Amino acid sequence: MILEVRNVTRRYRLPRQALLSAPPVLVAVDNASLTLERGETLGIVGESGSGKSTLARMVMAFERPDEGNIRFDGHDLNALSTGDLRRLRPKFQMIFQDPYGSLDPRRTVGWSIAEPLRVMASTDITRRVDEALAQVGLRQQDAAKYPHEFSGGQRQRIAIARAIVTRPALLVADEAVSALDVSVQAQILNLLMDLQDELGLAMLFISHDLAVVASICDQLMVMQHGRTLESGPAQQVLAAPSHPYTKSLLTAAGA
Amino acid sequence: MKLPVNLLIGAVLVALVLGAAALSLLWTPHDFTQLNVRNKFAAPDATYWLGTDQLGRDLVSQLTAGARNSMAVALAAVLLGGSIGTALGLLAAAIGGWVEDLVMRIADIGFAFPALLFAIMLAAVFGPSLTNAVLAIAFINIPVFARVARAAANQVWTREYVAAARAAGLNRFAISKDHILPNIAAPVIVQATIEFAVAILAEAALSYLGLGAQPPSPTWGRMLSEAQTLMYQAPQLAVYPGLCIVAAVMGFGLLGDGLRDVTDPRLVRER
Repeated sequence: MILEVRNVTRRYRLPRQALLSAPPVLVAVDNASLTLERGETLGIVGESGSGKSTLARMVMAFERPDEGNIRFDGHDLNALSTGDLRRLRPKFQMIFQDPYGSLDPRRTVGWSIAEPLRVMASTDITRRVDEALAQVGLRQQDAAKYPHEFSGGQRQRIAIARAIVTRPALLVADEAVSALDVSVQAQILNLLMDLQDELGLAMLFISHDLAVVASICDQLMVMQHGRTLESGPAQQVLAAPSHPYTKSLLTAAGA
Repeated sequence: MKLPVNLLIGAVLVALVLGAAALSLLWTPHDFTQLNVRNKFAAPDATYWLGTDQLGRDLVSQLTAGARNSMAVALAAVLLGGSIGTALGLLAAAIGGWVEDLVMRIADIGFAFPALLFAIMLAAVFGPSLTNAVLAIAFINIPVFARVARAAANQVWTREYVAAARAAGLNRFAISKDHILPNIAAPVIVQATIEFAVAILAEAALSYLGLGAQPPSPTWGRMLSEAQTLMYQAPQLAVYPGLCIVAAVMGFGLLGDGLRDVTDPRLVRER
């Protein structure tokens, strides 16, 4: 088991409404649990505000859960020291929604892809950057270019190259294809599935689009307002949804 | 893209002032300390382009040498105050929480503290000098840059490439250096240009009060203060340094405004 999320809750304190009343609390993620095996893909579906991105941020250890724990490859992420967490980070990487915002506009593509390698003090940075570029279908020369010289789909390939250059065991994809054209979406999804086979990646694939998730996931989890409505093998959830919300998502996706 | 008018006018004025200052390092028409009492209050002619002052010193030479001093003071003060302020702003944004609150509240206090008062204090303790004028002007620049840098940095911190850098294992300081600083450079440079204008004015004010450059080092502010008693006898002695101050302050102010319009289209004001 590469990832185990157990009974995780995350609350946010909202701005105070009145001077003397306690500030209202938003429960972004309410008692969520999931497990992910090596090489498997788990899809998390839900509308915006469902807590799926907060869950992803907790899996990436960008923020801490208020309750529950998250184990990656046997390590409790929130019990690790800062240094140990940093050394573990190359093993779980993330790709983001906005291919225009996930690359620093002031840095060359090669520089950005090499970033995690520099932190790891890797010795063969150039070779590994070239390899990662090749794996996502880009050319060696592209490393010297800046992000604005690429299309949205190409940028997402660059972001994927940066995420896999450390040879991670887990890839978290938060709305990774939502900002792309439908035809480009298919290309990126195919690329992700190819890489998964090639590298044995486990993937946590987050989307509001059930059709996209259904096409690549083994397991499925449906969230709404922070709560987990249902979860299980993708085939089973899709064929016999037990919750009315899942049914409405299925109808919306045209299945 | 069409360049804004303020940028062009500002650039021309700044080029003139900087050109005069640079030229004075190599050459001035006359030695600006050369006294020639027999030739005092000379009218402009081929030798003395703008005439001479009450001690017979060439006005053009003094004005260009004054430009050099004003630029040097403004540059040193803005560089010093700008780097400290930017570093504090970056730190506040990187750490957040009570550290950010503390830094920004101290900046508020610094804002409320009049530069002139601080300069008088420095002069009282260490004696009036150009160095103390630089320190005083640098000091008032720190909170300005701290605010600008923090506001811009907080915006950059929300970007996904910063999250990617965190996922790569970079700590906050490495992220500040590698990603935040390069991406807030534009607003900070714009602010520096505007603060340059403020610094020139501040230097002139301090020198006018005798808290800046000491004789015989010529600065525009000191020329003004010396000309003050001669206002009815020789008003041109006050007019020329005054015009120089106006040109330099307007030049850097307009250049800064124009740069902001070019680098940040969202801030272009309605005209």
